[in-house]
Amino acid sequence: MKGTAKFVQGNEACVEGALYAGLKFFAGYPITPSTEIAEHLSERLPRIGGKFIQMEDEIASMCAIIGASLSGCKVMTATSGPGFSLMQEALGYAVMAEIPCVIANVQRGGPSTGIPTHVSQGDVNQARWGTHGDHSIVALTASNHQDVFAITVEAFNISETYRTPVVLLFDEVIGHMRERLVVPEAGDMPIVERLKTSVREGVDYHPYLPREDGRLPMSDFGGVHRYNVTGLFHDMWGFPSDDPAVVHGLIRHLMDKIENRTNQLARYREFYTEHADCLLISYGSSARSARHVVERRRLRGESFGLLELQTLWPFPSEIVRNKCANARHVIVVEMNTGQVCQNVRLAVANPERVFLANRVDGSFITPTDIQRMLHLFQGKGV
Amino acid sequence: MAVKDYIRERFFPHIWCAGCGHGIVMNGLIRAIEKLAIPKNDIVMVSGIGCSSRMSGYLDFHTLHTLHGRALAFATGVKLSLPDLNVIVPMGDGDALAIGGNHFIHAARRNIDVTALVMNNRIYGMTGGQYSPLSGRGILATTAPFSNIDQSFDVVELATAAGATFVARTTAYHVREMATIIQEAVVHKGFSVVEVMSQCPTYFGRKNRQGDAVAMLKHLRDTVHPIGAKAKDENSDFVERGVFVRKDRPEYCAEYDDIIRRAMEGS
Repeated sequence: MKGTAKFVQGNEACVEGALYAGLKFFAGYPITPSTEIAEHLSERLPRIGGKFIQMEDEIASMCAIIGASLSGCKVMTATSGPGFSLMQEALGYAVMAEIPCVIANVQRGGPSTGIPTHVSQGDVNQARWGTHGDHSIVALTASNHQDVFAITVEAFNISETYRTPVVLLFDEVIGHMRERLVVPEAGDMPIVERLKTSVREGVDYHPYLPREDGRLPMSDFGGVHRYNVTGLFHDMWGFPSDDPAVVHGLIRHLMDKIENRTNQLARYREFYTEHADCLLISYGSSARSARHVVERRRLRGESFGLLELQTLWPFPSEIVRNKCANARHVIVVEMNTGQVCQNVRLAVANPERVFLANRVDGSFITPTDIQRMLHLFQGKGV
Repeated sequence: MAVKDYIRERFFPHIWCAGCGHGIVMNGLIRAIEKLAIPKNDIVMVSGIGCSSRMSGYLDFHTLHTLHGRALAFATGVKLSLPDLNVIVPMGDGDALAIGGNHFIHAARRNIDVTALVMNNRIYGMTGGQYSPLSGRGILATTAPFSNIDQSFDVVELATAAGATFVARTTAYHVREMATIIQEAVVHKGFSVVEVMSQCPTYFGRKNRQGDAVAMLKHLRDTVHPIGAKAKDENSDFVERGVFVRKDRPEYCAEYDDIIRRAMEGS
């Protein structure tokens, strides 16, 4: 790939991706291990006329980016566990009011203050269900810096296309590890720009009336269309409504626009998955160790494959079911107590063949860890 | 323009009780905007949750009805991304100073050019009459059946200490003065706070035997006096009204524009 090669942290790769995607406004609050994203953006954004603000907390950060998004900017915030918890109410607001925004959660160990400087993947379910009420969400992740860059660009594109918050679920190892990143030249990767309404001044603009293709064109604050935005259930003018038909219509719209596109939104990588007897499923930094194991076992002639998930939500059940159809063992490698494993078991035809290989002690799961657990799963003892 | 040209009639009737002070404040705000002749497209109204926050829906500006207590945080995002717009934030006393207290002091500290309108009726109306951080000691509320032991904030002192560069207090009784003060607050370059003491006859009035809306307005007339008035010397329980702070300090968005200029020169 042509472009500029850099040797960077994962957090910087995320910054590069966000800027490439057109980020113009960032609000955040310092928290380990995501702080470098804020630090780099505080320097990079004003250089391109963008805005950076360090708010009084993560609640305010999430609220500020929503305000800026309605003013026409591509927006982002970055945080980790405790901050992500604080953002949940406003994240739900962004779901309800359909505000494009990207939230990077560089995961550390929890609950509570947990283990701030160590790795975890324990926020998978929080990304899905952290805010109250029925809703859908998109959550993406990646295992290397080139993919962190690309998936960050994807996050902005999906966010703009479907007018939804998108969560980037990175982890401490990805965030702090340094490796090579090639930043593509402008135009090499597709960028989705904000869809603005073509309704002229004086003609009634319905901010929440979807077009035939389901998309909702926006009108920026300060423009010629004045309308209401609210976190209450609302009609096509954005005005509060408790009419059961309106409430039902909106909740279905919010769910369906994501869930009905599960396959379309599924991003994943696969290594030797076809006819693999033993299929490993992993994501984020743990997928690096899983891939190492797969390569080693294949050198020994064993039929191993890896499905690396990049879209965690909506969970790509159909794809997982198909990929696992012929495997005798499915091993989910992750650094939590089985949050993705649970979904794999729900997705596949033979859940009793799905095993969890995990670590939840703040230590990175190594290829050796996985190898030891494989011995057990394959009935070879310890 | 006539007052009704600022209102979204489609969304009426409003939810406010008979005798509520919020409609009077909305009228005062409309008159201020009309005097200033600011185009409606140049105004963003950001509100939180509560009776007062419903004002945003009724007015024909760009309106953002947000989360309880967070209006100023949303408003900060709007203002910083589009500094040329006028951002007005109507809030209730609980919204602004209990759940939103942190955002209030930090918006004041930054001196971001936003107008905060604190409609202080000393009670949580929407949830049915619980005490707020402005109720004050000795007040009865549904959550203070034996009388309130919470001390209250003084909005003017709090805003001043936090760094607001325009701080004023008026009441729902003093309607003309209210419009003039709001006018000055909107024009002021920096974080401006206008506390409007208002009446909630439904909950505060009934619980505390203050009579109907008219009686409560008369009470505001008789107990809230201009800054420096002799009445205050005679009765220390009286409250002062008027403009307390009017000063120049670098405004946040203007300062950030300077950062952009320096960053661009440096790159």
